[in-house]
Amino acid sequence: MILRSKDVLGLEDLTAEEILGVIDIASRFRAVFDRPVRSVPIMRGRTVVNFFHEPSTRTRISFELAEKRLSADIVNFSTATSSLSKGETLRDTAENLAAMKIDMLVIRHSSSGAARYLAKVLACSVINAGDGAHEHPTQGLLDIMTMRQRLGDLRGRKVTIIGDITHSRVARSNIWGLTKLGAEVTVCGPPTMVPSGLDRMGVRVEYDLMRAVRDADVLNVLRIQLERHSSRSFPSNREYHRMYGISAEVVQKLKPETFVMHPGPMNRDVEIASEVADGPRQVILDQVANGVAVRMALIYLLSGGDPGALAPAAA
Amino acid sequence: MEWSWERIPAEFLVTNVRLCREGTLGRRRGFLHVKKGRIETLGVGTPAHEGLPALDGGGLVCAPGLVDLAVHFREPGFEEQETIATGSRAAAAGGFTAVVTMPDTDPAIDNSGMVRYLIDRGRETGLCRLYPTGAVSPGRKGEAMTEFGDMVAAGAVGFTDGSRPVANGNLMGNALKYATMLGVPIITHPEDLTISGKGVMHGGYWATRLGLPGMARAAEDAALFRDIELARAAKGQLHVAHVSTKGAVEIIRRAKGEGVRVTAAATPHHFSLDHARCRDYSPLFKTNPPLREADDLNAIAEGLADGTIDAIATDHEPHTGTEKEYQFDQAPFGVIGLETALAAGITWLVKTGLLDLGQLIACLSERPARALNLPVGRLEEGAEADFVLIDPEREWTVQGPSFQSRSANSPYLGETLTGMVAATFLRGRLTWRGAAAPGGR
Repeated sequence: MILRSKDVLGLEDLTAEEILGVIDIASRFRAVFDRPVRSVPIMRGRTVVNFFHEPSTRTRISFELAEKRLSADIVNFSTATSSLSKGETLRDTAENLAAMKIDMLVIRHSSSGAARYLAKVLACSVINAGDGAHEHPTQGLLDIMTMRQRLGDLRGRKVTIIGDITHSRVARSNIWGLTKLGAEVTVCGPPTMVPSGLDRMGVRVEYDLMRAVRDADVLNVLRIQLERHSSRSFPSNREYHRMYGISAEVVQKLKPETFVMHPGPMNRDVEIASEVADGPRQVILDQVANGVAVRMALIYLLSGGDPGALAPAAA
Repeated sequence: MEWSWERIPAEFLVTNVRLCREGTLGRRRGFLHVKKGRIETLGVGTPAHEGLPALDGGGLVCAPGLVDLAVHFREPGFEEQETIATGSRAAAAGGFTAVVTMPDTDPAIDNSGMVRYLIDRGRETGLCRLYPTGAVSPGRKGEAMTEFGDMVAAGAVGFTDGSRPVANGNLMGNALKYATMLGVPIITHPEDLTISGKGVMHGGYWATRLGLPGMARAAEDAALFRDIELARAAKGQLHVAHVSTKGAVEIIRRAKGEGVRVTAAATPHHFSLDHARCRDYSPLFKTNPPLREADDLNAIAEGLADGTIDAIATDHEPHTGTEKEYQFDQAPFGVIGLETALAAGITWLVKTGLLDLGQLIACLSERPARALNLPVGRLEEGAEADFVLIDPEREWTVQGPSFQSRSANSPYLGETLTGMVAATFLRGRLTWRGAAAPGGR
């Protein structure tokens, strides 16, 4: 039994052991990707509903692929409009879903706490695929998996998260997960994008990019959510890039082994220069591949899958 | 005629009670003599009125009827949340005999006809005195001034745009000036909307952790500072509806010291509950101004103790269960408070030693009445017999179905509180009899 709860709502709720357990299973699923037939019949006859209440491309496809590779029956249900404007509460939605007897629900929602609410009222497992600016646990897990592939044990490793922390669910999941595994986390961004009280989450806050990246083992560069900045938190994309963008000049000052991550989609030449995004330091496509594996692992474990039944991961 | 809860006579005694007057709770047991809706006499010891029907108060506290400076009764327009009848019943159950209603109905209370309508509906219901405020601006749009004079003549006791701030400083300044000739206050909801933005809870650690947009203290402090300076310039009377930050308490303290005519109220939820309550995303804790931090809660309690904050007002804002079923960021702001205010005060201010019971009751009766120049909140000979019997020791657990309000969006649901209203009397008539009443229910 790797996961204690029926749901995965955030890395805040998971223990270090659970995080490592999921990543171990995900590593074993990664091996399946290299087979000619990339699916296993584990979830045959089970139904997973992907409820995407907010536009998403890569996360939705990643979940869908993970579910298909586990041979689950899938229902995709997406709406970009709010339940409020449609007059339906999340509770109504939940009750309808429960009546249809599904086995698992993957939810992406623009409201922080939406996944937690559904998990409370539904008997089936709920996976949070991103709720508001709260958490994006599968992204956090795939990020941590990617870091561990490069660095091994993360204790004492220095991870710098750069960008719009205020609006980032990825940042929060990373912070919870990484600090639980003993990494030293620094967050860096303009003060308008670093919310108050962040230091109480166990991280160092730094406003100077060069000081924040100097000793880092990993740079995790966040997407600037341009659409959320109605009253701009920074003067221009150009200035943001000059102050906080990961450019070739910044990369030159990193330790030789330091690598660069990005959860995507990227604003090229805003938070990350194209030459870095396409350069030798980035591990962005590894992140994407690990995403499918992590989601397979979670679905497998939440549906009662036996970790012992899977082949051990290649060393 | 004998005393009976079912048929209360026109003249009667309440004996064996501890009278609470002018912020002081009597040590010795005393009595109240009510005759034709007025307090004929009152005093310590046993009355020399043989033959009058008497209620043995069994040692309960007898206090002036409580006065609430901010309630939202939602009629007309939002009757599914509350009506004047259900709101009045909630007031009576909470020990209140007078309430000041906010004008944010639909249509808004922005003309004398609407003011008269509210007063008439309050009288028909007959469970508490209803003092309407009028909107500062037609439709509460913040663009022009309503007919203050006409509305005061109809019975309005002050002006406010309710839970919406008067963003236009020029309009606010003029409203404060204009209201001086009518002798009524302008009631402010201090919030700079350009600072609070899309915030849904206090901007601090919990908002950061929960990933919810925060409302900075500065949104309240900056707006309040503006309003205080406008009141100073206008020599007007400003009442602050619901103080929630330590900065606001300090701004008011300083302004009062400098002679600005400002009064203020704080709500029970702002001195009892902090922003960590939002941790489970329950919209029952979503209110504006938001639940703040321990420093703010302490500052409000200190402000009540030293008189910087004049009154405790509930800001009773009912919402249906469905509305509060939405996700935290989409659910409406507001909590109910009429039926829990006294107990919240006893639980968080009296039991903790921050105020004594006499002071707390003054914050809920005499002091609010004085702040808004209302002729109520006094327990004295000749005054109308609005009073409440309180059992200050009785513990009870807050449960939705027991609310008299049409809505149950209380942040105290499930909480065990101390202090219960036994009975409420308006002009000598019983408006509420609770489980703590002598003889039980």
